[in-house]
Amino acid sequence: MMANDARIKDHWAEQRMFLARMIIAGILMAALTVVILTRLVQLQLVQYDYFSTQSQGNRIRLQPVVPTRGLILDRNGNVLAENRPSFALELVPEQVPDLEDTLARLRDIGLVNDEALAETREEIRQHRRFDAISVRDRLSDEEVARFAVNRPWFEGVEIKARLSRHYPHGQALAHALGYVGGISADDQKEIDEAEYAGTSHIGKVSVERSFEPELHGVSGQEQVVVNARGRSLDTLDRTAAQHGADVVLGIDLDAQLAAWQALEGRRGAAVAIDPATGEILVFVSTPAFDPNALSAGLSRKAYNALLEDIDKPMFNRALRGTYPPGSTIKPMVALAALQTRVKGPTDRIACRGYYQIPGNRHRYRDWKPEGHGAVDMIGSIEQSCDVYYYSIARDIGIERLSASLKRFGLGAATGLDMPGEKGGVVPSPEWKRAAFSKAANQVWFPGETVITGIGQGFMLVTPLQLAHATATIASRGKRYRPTMLHALRDPVSGRTTPLTPEALPGVNVDVEGGWDTIIEGMHAVMHGPRGTARAVGRTAAFQMAGKSGTAQVFTVAQNQKYRAVDVAERLRDHALFVAFGPLEDPKIAVAIIVENGESGSRVAGPIARRIMEAYLRVPAA
Amino acid sequence: MILQRDGARESRLTGFARLLRWAHVDPPLLFGLVAIILFATIVLYSATGESLPLMRAHVGKVAVAFAALLFTANLDPVWMRRGAPFLYAGGVALLVLVLFTGDIAKGGQRWLDFGIRFQPSEILKLAVPLTLAGLMHERPLPPSFPMILLGLAIIAVPAGLIAVQPDLGTAVLIVLTGTTAIFLCGIGWRYIAGAAIAALAALPALWYVMHDYQRKRVLTLLDPQSDPLGAGYHIIQSKIAIGSGGFFGKGWLNGSQGQLEFLPERSTDFVFAVVAEEWGLMGAVALVSLYLFVVGRGTFIALTAPDTFTRMLAGTFTITFFFYVFINSAMVMGLLPVVGVPLPLVSTGGTSMVTLLAGFGILMSIQTHRKLGDAVRR
Repeated sequence: MMANDARIKDHWAEQRMFLARMIIAGILMAALTVVILTRLVQLQLVQYDYFSTQSQGNRIRLQPVVPTRGLILDRNGNVLAENRPSFALELVPEQVPDLEDTLARLRDIGLVNDEALAETREEIRQHRRFDAISVRDRLSDEEVARFAVNRPWFEGVEIKARLSRHYPHGQALAHALGYVGGISADDQKEIDEAEYAGTSHIGKVSVERSFEPELHGVSGQEQVVVNARGRSLDTLDRTAAQHGADVVLGIDLDAQLAAWQALEGRRGAAVAIDPATGEILVFVSTPAFDPNALSAGLSRKAYNALLEDIDKPMFNRALRGTYPPGSTIKPMVALAALQTRVKGPTDRIACRGYYQIPGNRHRYRDWKPEGHGAVDMIGSIEQSCDVYYYSIARDIGIERLSASLKRFGLGAATGLDMPGEKGGVVPSPEWKRAAFSKAANQVWFPGETVITGIGQGFMLVTPLQLAHATATIASRGKRYRPTMLHALRDPVSGRTTPLTPEALPGVNVDVEGGWDTIIEGMHAVMHGPRGTARAVGRTAAFQMAGKSGTAQVFTVAQNQKYRAVDVAERLRDHALFVAFGPLEDPKIAVAIIVENGESGSRVAGPIARRIMEAYLRVPAA
Repeated sequence: MILQRDGARESRLTGFARLLRWAHVDPPLLFGLVAIILFATIVLYSATGESLPLMRAHVGKVAVAFAALLFTANLDPVWMRRGAPFLYAGGVALLVLVLFTGDIAKGGQRWLDFGIRFQPSEILKLAVPLTLAGLMHERPLPPSFPMILLGLAIIAVPAGLIAVQPDLGTAVLIVLTGTTAIFLCGIGWRYIAGAAIAALAALPALWYVMHDYQRKRVLTLLDPQSDPLGAGYHIIQSKIAIGSGGFFGKGWLNGSQGQLEFLPERSTDFVFAVVAEEWGLMGAVALVSLYLFVVGRGTFIALTAPDTFTRMLAGTFTITFFFYVFINSAMVMGLLPVVGVPLPLVSTGGTSMVTLLAGFGILMSIQTHRKLGDAVRR
């Protein structure tokens, strides 16, 4: 074209040159072919094992098979916690033609609210397009029907049945059983994550928590073929899950419900124990929460409202509430006097309505201003004479008194199979030195020994400890570790493994008739002519023993009349009562606390009786 | 050629062979192409996940491609030589058009939609070697320096337009085609050495103008594990597919890498991995052998072609075809960066099947349009 080439074409030369170039190209192509074949051999023969393994790892995935959570039963086989099929609304994003429109219409027919919708959108964003997303949990029958009618217009949205935890008796056993909830970051530290790979809920508190390993069971495994997006296509192999064991509790449902009904609407706790085994028969704390609502998942707002409620419904008073035991410890103080030979059963003390430490003008007042006159040990328990106990407490001395009370398990966690138990306090000079930092506060005053004798001052016990101590009196010194568990039951074979009671160091009394004296005193409280709770015992169908107590919430100044009506409700005295029965062969020991209930014998006593009647199947009078 | 001269044998030809001759079809080349396409169809049935709509599209494309083959096979090479500059000019014009109006597919502007969508860059795969061969045909060889520059310009204009789409794979192929043509026309070794040095020097500059994703592909080739779920994913999964195929393969429809979609682009750029996974080393070697057979026949046609134009054209097509196969399989086996070069005649998608068979039609035309005088000249 533009180049003015003077040469003329030499066809023969051009053909030879072309042949030479084609030969060079042919050699190059041959070499590259060798490269391809070598690489094929290297990948497919030499490295075959490696890539073959990689390929298997790609296509096979292990999926957990979720075990079914064990039931919780009472000692008679009544179901306390079960798994109920519930209906949830699920959608698979990739099957929904118009996601936003579908969500909006779900809201229009009233199945979801705006708050839940925002959460759902977030869920959808975080999951793969073929994963089912739960839009709503626990639909009511009416809601299921409402969706069913509209179903044709909701492609990709389905009602799914699943198992969710249900507590048929709701709040009545809330603090005994606890509840289940989503696995939190804290929970994650305590569990084997592989075991919980497919589990959505975990026991949060109480029995659901302490028996979590037993209730949960053992997760199974499934080998599934998956594609690149993780969708499972086929199952190759399956190891079945071992379902969780059924937990049979010592709880007696009738007595539990009686206690709940008696305490409902108040702040308080009731604990009953079988003195022969240590099994918990009744475990109530009021107010309580709705475990069904909590297990279904509360909104943050509703949960915070529960936490901030002034009556503290989430607070397990039976396990963690510490109260001054008041007069309920008088039988144990009396026993300490016998054991230390400070007083004999028939020794009398004159009560003039107050007690004074020799050389000190301060008057420790009896609850009965005019005094009880001369009382012996049984009478002191029967009438709950404070002066008697002011006097013997000083004679026993604080060291021996506190050691003696501790032997009943007061002031220390009893070791109940429930997490979070509080210890309480049995004071002593040693304790005071450790508890206070200022030297002035570390000194133990004689007056503090005096008021310890009637269960006031620094002493704090939990309702559980009080019930345990009462059971120890009922069994005349034999102590068993309190347990919620009665037996474990295999869900498949139905075979039960009963728990053997664990004996704790007992309370030994080497004084002839020692136990008889204090038990007779407690019997007189219920059935004696001057018994503080004779109104409770009078009409009972069986003989029982008990002791009332009143714990001061605040101290009344000297020489001032205490008038309940003047004091705000929350400053009124706590009412306490401990009891066991029947007298000859105690089957149940109870401890009741009614916060600000004012009178142990009038408020807490009848509740104790009702619980015992329910447990002993005695018709209420 | 022997057949053409031997009248006695000619009369004994079967009806089918006579039909092929009438249609200017070269039987060995046809055999190789049909064998590859049949095998490809079986492989694709598996690689498309037994998708009947995709298979119908594939078969339709094969039919169109064979029509294109018959068309070019019946074009006299003389007409091709004369038409080449017009085809080239038209192709470049369409490329410019694509820059402004093209559809966007897979991150690049490559498609024009005239009722049926097609990639104008495919035209250039034919037009560039045709134009270069026509140019060299009229001049004495080896070419003078200005001729070489002109040839390079003919390559550079469309390659540049395609590279900015961006379609690096096709641009590389166009450059490769043009360079092959220039190599075959006998340029001196000093030019070749100079070009090689210049190319090496230009590498850093090339790195600089590459898109980020292209750089990533190069880096990934060096160390796929550096980003196993990102840029390295294609290569890792492809190697797993090939390696796990072993000697006998996992069997048709049984390749877990392909069937379970771990292997990306399994019916297009990475279809060779499906072949190697399901048919093993045996299948892969068989496919490579078929390709070599076609390349061999093409080489024969080039060596026996009557004049410079047809010789250069046949040689360029044949060598380029081999490079298509090499670049794709080397890329799938992790020897070259992932550039979008399909496996010729096997990969679905795009319009390359039509272009390729049109190219082979040109080879057949060269083989079947010899004049008596050609044999004498040879």
